[in-house]
Amino acid sequence: MSSVIANPAVGEGVETALETRELSVHYGDKAAIKGISLSIPRHRVVAFIGPSGCGKSTLLRCFNRMNDLVPSARVSGEVLFRGQNLYASDVDPVEVRRRIGMVFQKPNPFPKSIYDNVAFGLRINGFKDDIGERVEQSLRAAALWDEVKDRLDDNALGLSGGQQQRLCIARALAVEPDILLMDEPASALDPIASGRIEDLIGDLKRDYTIVIVTHNMQQAARVSDFTAFLYIGELIEYAETERLFTNPAHERTEAYITGRFG
Amino acid sequence: MSRHHAAVRPDPRMNDTSLAPRGGRFEPRIAQRQRTGRLFRGLCLAAVAFGVVSLVVLLIDVTRDGLGVLSLDFLTRYPSRLPARAGIRSAILGSLWMVLLVTVLAFPLGVGAAVYLEEYAPKNWFTRMLQTNIANLAGVPSIVYGILGLAVFVRFLGFGRSVLAGAATLALLTLPVVIIAAQEAIRAVPSSLREASYGLGASRWQTIRHHVLPVAMPGILTGTILALSRAIGETAPLIMIGALTFIAFDPVTPMDSFTVLPIQIFNWTQDARAPFHDLAAGGIVVLLVVLLLMNASAILLRNKYQRKL
Amino acid sequence: MNDTGFSLGARRRLVVQERIIGALLFGCGVVSVLTTIGIVVVLVSQSVGFFAEVSPLEFLTGTRWSPQLVPQSFGILPLLNGTLIIAIGSSLIAIPIGLASAIYLSEYSKPRTRRIIKPILEVLAGIPTVVYGYFGIMFVTPILRTIFPQTGIFNAASAAIVVGIMILPMVSSLSEDALAAVPRSLREAAYGLGATKFEVSTRVVTPAALSGIVASFILAVSRAIGETMAVALAAGATPRLTLNPLESVQTMTAYIVQVSLGDTPYGSLEYRTIFAVGLVLFLITLAMNLLSQRITRRFREVYE
Repeated sequence: MSSVIANPAVGEGVETALETRELSVHYGDKAAIKGISLSIPRHRVVAFIGPSGCGKSTLLRCFNRMNDLVPSARVSGEVLFRGQNLYASDVDPVEVRRRIGMVFQKPNPFPKSIYDNVAFGLRINGFKDDIGERVEQSLRAAALWDEVKDRLDDNALGLSGGQQQRLCIARALAVEPDILLMDEPASALDPIASGRIEDLIGDLKRDYTIVIVTHNMQQAARVSDFTAFLYIGELIEYAETERLFTNPAHERTEAYITGRFG
Repeated sequence: MSRHHAAVRPDPRMNDTSLAPRGGRFEPRIAQRQRTGRLFRGLCLAAVAFGVVSLVVLLIDVTRDGLGVLSLDFLTRYPSRLPARAGIRSAILGSLWMVLLVTVLAFPLGVGAAVYLEEYAPKNWFTRMLQTNIANLAGVPSIVYGILGLAVFVRFLGFGRSVLAGAATLALLTLPVVIIAAQEAIRAVPSSLREASYGLGASRWQTIRHHVLPVAMPGILTGTILALSRAIGETAPLIMIGALTFIAFDPVTPMDSFTVLPIQIFNWTQDARAPFHDLAAGGIVVLLVVLLLMNASAILLRNKYQRKL
Repeated sequence: MNDTGFSLGARRRLVVQERIIGALLFGCGVVSVLTTIGIVVVLVSQSVGFFAEVSPLEFLTGTRWSPQLVPQSFGILPLLNGTLIIAIGSSLIAIPIGLASAIYLSEYSKPRTRRIIKPILEVLAGIPTVVYGYFGIMFVTPILRTIFPQTGIFNAASAAIVVGIMILPMVSSLSEDALAAVPRSLREAAYGLGATKFEVSTRVVTPAALSGIVASFILAVSRAIGETMAVALAAGATPRLTLNPLESVQTMTAYIVQVSLGDTPYGSLEYRTIFAVGLVLFLITLAMNLLSQRITRRFREVYE
């Protein structure tokens, strides 16, 4: 619980997309995360790993103020995005969420057409250009366009699990987020679909900053540039993925990645 | 550079400029949307308030009109042409008769049907038809039951305009509701309970009688009480079978003529003379108190047994 | 001798007992079928007798309903009109207010508030219809007459208002169930895209629950159509083809009650109008209830 902000990319000339300072979340009396200070580098993929209940999802949800939806959650500390504290009293979470998008564990397309799913975010955020064009762009960016271009008016629930998840990604990309948060995006999918999501993440890295929570260590090793290991609400270690997995600095990190618990 | 497995097929994206949608113009107008949201919330809250206020206004209006009429005399006298001497004695007795007889008729039949549907019935088209039929019967207007009762009980079976005809008609009316409530209660009994009983060699009926029904009974009773409280308020079917509006004696046998509280209220409300309206209000207060007691006991029953589980 | 130690006789008695009980219980289930058969037989057989004397065409298209007064006329349209005015009027109240209440209770209110408000609205549903009739004629009508002096003592508006209040809890409760059944994940997805609570409720949750909501509307209207005592008291007994809610009208249900209260001889043509009108009423509500069930089934399929 130090007040030094962990930043494994320091010195590489990489900008910071998001920074937390002494971030803590309490659900009632229980502390889900305690005093976490870290920095997310821009245009990189950062993975949060750790055993169940370590707070990685809670931490992720702080970044787009999704914890606001839980009545019993109390957040203290700061989350800095573009120099502003997202938890300042004059910040409307609605503003935050367009800039910081989220993809969830279980694909959750709306029971609307494929087109309307992607267009939804555009319509509510007052998109002024051609919606049809933007829908196509987003679906291409999510590697789904070729599969659905002839049936945009079909109900999204008719797609396979993997396709639905890519649709959710397209939906999130359409509103031009800077950061894309992914909460175990592939865990509900079969291995092939899961692999396609991983490929997609690799491609998206060029244009977005991605933070991904995963309980699959191999996936974290494959997909991310930096990995943060959390344990019981605390940040234990945060380093370049290759180094963390081959030469962890902390004993507990090593115990986790070698499968001794979790 | 790429950490994941090398792409065997040439990836067209590698050479493209970025595919990410960028540079769009957004006018999120958040303040305005939030304002609309607050307005909407206010409207929805007003809608809820409408319901609550309607209830309060109704209760106050009725109580204010009827409180002055309530007295022991009111409860023990028969209706009369003179408002000062009128009472709801026969109506109360008639309603009492109804509740008792309807329970005797509808409870065993209803629970029996529910047990059959949940425990015995095979999953075939006939059972589905039975189930749909019951759901439909629950939605048939009560006056149609009155027509049925008139033709079958009053005329065909010759019961005449009696307590028995009225109770039989109301029993048919209440039956679908009792069945549905009992089915839900029986369905809520965990199957592990049944399996344990069967595992010990008990027969189907033994399992139901000794294990399923006792556990489901509080739910069944709650549902039955609620169904009966609706039956007490029914007017139209009883008018159809000929329950009279001026009864100045106590119904003593099931074949006697009778009246019930709602009919008495209806009759007094329709009277052109103003004092009778207050009598109607008095009757309404009595009826509402009875309903309150019934519903409260149903809720208490449910809470008591929910805590036990 | 079997090895369980039970005598064969006892075992056989148990089996017989099981069969008897099974048959008895089956009989209970059959009572419901008998009820439906009874309703259909009674309505149809008596209506057949009626339609032997009155042509169905005249019945269904005639615009004057006067079975008991000379010159006799058996056109049901005024009664249908009366029923329709009440049904539409009460829906205009119950549907928007009920749906808005449901949205508030499901999306906006705190759980503690909902626990208090829901039972209060249920009480509205439990109040007997005669009480609503009393309320209509004693409270609502005088107010209407103050605002619109040309309002009759018996008028459709008053009946429509109280019936609307009566069916309000049906819309509210069933719609709320439908809204609550929408998975939380859909709401999260919408919030994640930067939607306000208003947008999540109206553009994601309500459309997702639409089948269940519409089913609740249909059920409520069906109830309004079948409603008897409140309209008999508040709307009066004047069959009339009119769109003016300030006038007295007579619904199908109120007509049936009126005949029963009178001294029309049993078996006469006038008396048999009860069954013909009753048949129409039964068919209308049956069709609506079946439609509502169909829509509910389709709704369930979306989430399973």
